Amino acid sequence: MSRTPLDTVEHAAGTPDVELPWAELGLKKDEYERVVEILGRRPTGAELAMYSVMWSEHCSYKSSKVHLRQFGEKAPQSDALLVGIGENAGVVDVGQGYAVTFKVESHNHPSYVEPYQGAATGVGGIVRDIIAMGARPVAVVDPLRFGAADHPDTKRVLPGVVAGIGGYGNCLGLPNIGGEVVFDACYQGNPLVNAGAIGVMKHEDIHLAKASGAGNKVILYGARTGGDGIGGASILASETFDDAKPSKRPAVQVGDPFQEKLLIECTLEAFQEKLVVGIQDLGAAGLSCATSELASNGSGGMRVTLDDVPLRDSTLSPEEILMSESQERMCAVVEPEKVDRFLEICDKWDVIATVIGEVTDGDRLEIFWHGGKIVDVDPRTVAHDGPVYERPYARPSWQDELQADDANKLPRPGTGDELKDQVLKLVSSPNQASKSWITSQYDHFVQGNTVLAQPEDSGMIRIDESSGLGVAIATDGNGRYAKLDPYAGAQLALAEAYRNVATTGAKPLAVSDCLNFGSPEDPAVMWQFAEAIRGLADACQQLGTPVTGGNVSLYNQTGEAAIHPTPVVAVLGVIDDVARRTPVAFQEEGQLLYLLGDTREEFGGSAWSQVIHDHLGGLPPQVDLERERLLAEILISASRDGMIDSAHDLSDGGLVQAVVESALLGGKGARLVVPEGLDAFTFLFSESAGRALVAVPRSEELRFNDMCGARGLPVTRVGVVDGDTVEVQGEFTLSLDTLREAHERTIPALLA
Amino acid sequence: MTARIGVVTFPGSLDDRDTQRAIRLAGAEPVALWHKDKDLKQVDAVVLCGGFSYGDYLRAGAIARFSPVMETVIEQAKSGMPVLGICNGFQILTEAHLLPGGMLGNDHLHFICRDQKLRVENADTAWTTNYAGGQEIHIPLKNMDGRYVADERTLDMLEAEGRVAFRYLDFNPNGSLRDIAGITNEAGNIVGLMPHPEHAVEPLIGTGRTDGLPFFTSILKKLVNA
Repeated sequence: MSRTPLDTVEHAAGTPDVELPWAELGLKKDEYERVVEILGRRPTGAELAMYSVMWSEHCSYKSSKVHLRQFGEKAPQSDALLVGIGENAGVVDVGQGYAVTFKVESHNHPSYVEPYQGAATGVGGIVRDIIAMGARPVAVVDPLRFGAADHPDTKRVLPGVVAGIGGYGNCLGLPNIGGEVVFDACYQGNPLVNAGAIGVMKHEDIHLAKASGAGNKVILYGARTGGDGIGGASILASETFDDAKPSKRPAVQVGDPFQEKLLIECTLEAFQEKLVVGIQDLGAAGLSCATSELASNGSGGMRVTLDDVPLRDSTLSPEEILMSESQERMCAVVEPEKVDRFLEICDKWDVIATVIGEVTDGDRLEIFWHGGKIVDVDPRTVAHDGPVYERPYARPSWQDELQADDANKLPRPGTGDELKDQVLKLVSSPNQASKSWITSQYDHFVQGNTVLAQPEDSGMIRIDESSGLGVAIATDGNGRYAKLDPYAGAQLALAEAYRNVATTGAKPLAVSDCLNFGSPEDPAVMWQFAEAIRGLADACQQLGTPVTGGNVSLYNQTGEAAIHPTPVVAVLGVIDDVARRTPVAFQEEGQLLYLLGDTREEFGGSAWSQVIHDHLGGLPPQVDLERERLLAEILISASRDGMIDSAHDLSDGGLVQAVVESALLGGKGARLVVPEGLDAFTFLFSESAGRALVAVPRSEELRFNDMCGARGLPVTRVGVVDGDTVEVQGEFTLSLDTLREAHERTIPALLA
Repeated sequence: MTARIGVVTFPGSLDDRDTQRAIRLAGAEPVALWHKDKDLKQVDAVVLCGGFSYGDYLRAGAIARFSPVMETVIEQAKSGMPVLGICNGFQILTEAHLLPGGMLGNDHLHFICRDQKLRVENADTAWTTNYAGGQEIHIPLKNMDGRYVADERTLDMLEAEGRVAFRYLDFNPNGSLRDIAGITNEAGNIVGLMPHPEHAVEPLIGTGRTDGLPFFTSILKKLVNA
């Protein structure tokens, strides 16, 4: 046993000269001095543990805060927004008394170290955020990015990540309805594993993370606390407090989806009986985060007895208990007279629940261990008053050169045979190929409300059986575009997700984002970050879709090489009746294919330039947000009024990619005619934004054309759904069998 | 008069609410049953639904089989109460020896979720009379441990007695022996299968087909006429 005296507040005050391992815990000298200044004495070991994790980049957003403010400052007026940035997840009004909460988060670094558990606990964390708002989780989505598809390490990382997402999400009974899988060498040592979730509740059921009402009890429930997920604390423990202790701290947490499933059911039952005043899930920074956030968001203080925390390992030090990131735990604030009932519900679900403290009428967060007071802080200083950095940023010197390397000047196919050859190369390239080998490892049927799931443009869930009310979600991001121009790239990510939601017939309402970037200490990366946020905030303002929350992931880089700046944007939409949804697949032969929007010679950052020329240069497609809004209105009206039977957004890979996907999904081919004023190559491969391909029944042709004409949206008839080939008249013909083989073979061949 | 059909919720059950909805859509009354409760609330039939009961960390269905509710289910199933086991429910029925054989991990070692084509091999069980024998249907399938195995003698017996209720067509998704997707007991009151008929009861939802609804209308017809 340790002979070191317990480092209480009193002890700390009496031993000002004791050196603490603040540097090893990741604090900078000035940050440590700030802690001493706040407390008026040196911190105790436990206090240092709390400040160090809560002031980390991950928890405090210290590098990104000054930029993220724009999401609030430029937030558009929206009647739909019920809870905005700052809570566990944003909440949006979708009508009929329903509210929907959604959020996207990253679990990038752990997923590289231990793909299965890293990805699994990513799902677990985002789902707890959703429960903590009072909602029943109804779906998950997973935007994923990996290194080159044929790199040997991708074969280690990807199958583990996919199995982890499936293993955890499938076991929770949450349909996986969307996301992306992108390959690029820039993600080789830094895969991006983002996870999103949606939850549904009634307006009156919204819960917040705050501890109010002196005398109310603080209940920790769920899994026991173990030594997993402690990075810095092990240093703290071994170097300062107890030299004799063996190290046994895995850095990556281990998930138990069964425990989480119980946590969901028992939390929802407690909500239903209105037993909960405030609630917070335990994620990053564990109890440090939950106690300091609950206390600082509430009206009073909080007193916690750490000895009462149920442990998986009885040798844990108080610092370790405070920093542990053991999964599947939550913290609820409950009125004293409701505690028994709360514990009963936990017992029904075999969930361990323990009163560990209470709300006080003071304004301090006090934590006790073995009778001694080891923490006495103003919780706000831990949770909210972390350091804020104005990191230097500068447009990188290579940006001009990159933009000058114009992709429009690359050699183009000259004959029909060359076009055909390049179409096959495109649709079989890892990024454009079918991802069904991956998505078939996820349950998308559970809960019996899935209307659309990948590879549809957006996932769609019915939320009311009688009215047919539903919500749709799409996540998009294109790191290649963002590398060429981070401002435009972020806007294009939003535009694509917005368009994808509208393509299925839903009205876009709100945004969540996961901002994946390199090191903020590199001024070039910081410039990319600043530009991307400025672009996204401007675009959200213009499209009227507020950012409701999200997550920033920095330091995605190995050595000097940062990943492409990769803002991933999730757009949530609502549809009054899911029976009006529009799928991607061609439905009926003879229907007319219309191209909506303008097609320009835009190949910068395109899939074509990557697949055929391994090239990245020039400028991304132009952004025209007013056009996006008009296109979305047309798509939603056409869907509601039954004027279109299928629709597909045009993005990476251009029109030909969309046609091939719609044809293969519907098992019906298409005859295409190159419209006047365009050459076949530009028609097929251009990635101009603000476009969609729709299939119109002949009976609706006139009405549809009239609507587009009246609202001023350019519309061009480009072909007809027909036969079992994709034919571009005068150029080439490809059978659906050939296309299917090309499109579906690639991923299993590389990864199975 | 309608029939009361129980749906057991184990900790880790996932498709209990979906199954209740399917029962309701078929016109019967769903009754929630709890794993710790031996009381079956006088239901006329029981469905053991999909999920990962008790986490299935030991072996799928191995713990659930010993739960209080199963004591009564086993007892009453043996005296003729209709029982349908879907996915995890099928696994529980084999663990409880109400149906022969057992389930191993999929031969490809991955979870698989797909719209699966099946042939109805036995349309005379309590749960299949609204199908035609030999009918081809599409039912969603989603499992990790779906590979049906039994010794040769048992398989031959099942075939000879017409107790293979469903067979996978075109594609065997998990390596099940003889493409077996579902089986029944001698009396035809107990049926277990890996695919999920409760996910195929509404147009628009899931695969958009309703090929699973006859499971629930079959049992309703049987119970109401009884």
